[in-house]
Amino acid sequence: MSATVIPYDVKPHPLTGMYNGKFGIWLFLASEIMLFGALFSTYVLLRVGAPEGTWPIAGSPTTRGDNILQVPLAALNTAFLITSSVTMVLAWANLKMGSFKKGQQFLLVTVLLAGAFLVVKYFEYNSKLHHYAVTFNEHFDRDGVESKSFKGLTQAGTEKTIHYLWGHVEETKKDADGAIQSYLFMPDHDTSHGGEGHEPKAVEIHPAEIARMTTFGPGGSSFLGCYFVITGLHGLHIVGGIVVMLWFLLTGSKMWKTQPDKYANRIECTGLYWHFVDLVWIFLFPVLYLL
Amino acid sequence: MGSSAHEIQGHLKKYYMVFGALLVLTGVTVAVAEFHVSIGMAIVVALFVASIKGTLVACYFMHLMEEKSMLIWILALCALFFLMLLLVPMFTIGEQDAGLMERMRGLSPN
Repeated sequence: MSATVIPYDVKPHPLTGMYNGKFGIWLFLASEIMLFGALFSTYVLLRVGAPEGTWPIAGSPTTRGDNILQVPLAALNTAFLITSSVTMVLAWANLKMGSFKKGQQFLLVTVLLAGAFLVVKYFEYNSKLHHYAVTFNEHFDRDGVESKSFKGLTQAGTEKTIHYLWGHVEETKKDADGAIQSYLFMPDHDTSHGGEGHEPKAVEIHPAEIARMTTFGPGGSSFLGCYFVITGLHGLHIVGGIVVMLWFLLTGSKMWKTQPDKYANRIECTGLYWHFVDLVWIFLFPVLYLL
Repeated sequence: MGSSAHEIQGHLKKYYMVFGALLVLTGVTVAVAEFHVSIGMAIVVALFVASIKGTLVACYFMHLMEEKSMLIWILALCALFFLMLLLVPMFTIGEQDAGLMERMRGLSPN
C-alpha cells in the first residue's frame, strides 16, 4: 500500500498562507466558537428571563453567581489556565528554536497545570453535589431552626412565598423497608439574610414537610444547569487537551528525530486549541461567577 | 507568522509581558467583584476586562495579528454569527417581559 502524502503539511499553502493542519484547526475553532456561543446565548436568555428571586437559585440574596459558587477557587483555576497558556506557547517556541528537551518540559508543565485545574474543579463540583436546598410546604420552625422565606413571582405571574433552608444532610434515617423516615439536616451558617448569624445546629426534617429537596447539582436551578453543562463541556475540552499533549509527550521524540518542523507544527496546532480553551474560561469566569 | 529561531527568541519577552498583564487583569476582575459595585457597572467592567484578556491571548499566544487577512475575515464572520446568537433571543425577552408585567398588574395588593 502506498502512503498518501498530504500536501502543505509543513510549508504554507499559497492561498491560505499557512500549512493545512493549522488552517484546519482554525476552522475547527470557528465551529467551537459557535458551540460555546449557543450555550452562552442559552445562559443569557435564561438569566434575563428568570423570575425575580430565583437566580442563581431560589432564596439567593442577590442574583450573582458567587452567592453559591466559590470565587477564590475559580480565580485560582484562572491563574492555572493562564499560566498553562504561557507554558504551551513556550513549548512551541523552544521546539522552533531547536530545543526538544525544553519544549517537552514546558509541555509537561502544561499537562500538570491542566491536571491541577481539573482537581480544583473536582472539589468545586463535589461541594455542590453535597449541598442541599430544601423548600418546605409551609413555614418551618423546630428546635430553634427556622426556615427563611422570600416572596417570588412565578412564571405564570402569581405571587408565592417560598420557605427554604440551605445546608447539608448529615444523616438519612430509614425504616426496615428502606423508606426514608427523616433527614438530620445541618443548615448553613450565614448572616446574608440579616441578623447576627448564630451557630448552626442539626435539625430533623420529615419527608412530608418537604415540597422540594435538591442538591446544588445540575437539577438545582436553571443557573446550576447552565453552570454544570458549560463548565462540564469546558472540562471535557481540558481532558481532550491533556490526552493530546500526553500523546505528544510519549511519542514526540520519534517524529522529532525525522521531521522536527512537522512536530513543532503539531505542537503549534495543539497550542491553538489550548489557547482557545483558556480563552473560553476567560469569559466563563466573570459571566458565571461574578455577574 | 515569522517563525525563525531568531524571531521567536525576540518574542519570548512579549509572552512573559502578556502573561503578567493577564494575571493583573484577573486580579482586577476579582477586585471589582469584591467591591460589590452595581450590577450594571460589574457587567461592563467584567466583560471589558475579559475582552482585553481574550484579545491578548488571541493576538499574542495564537499569533492572530501575524496571520493573513483571509483567516481574520473567516473569524470575523464567525464573531458576527456569535453576536447574532446572543442578540436574537433578546428580541423575544421584551415580549415575554411585557406579558409578565401585564400579569403583575393583575395581582391584588394582598
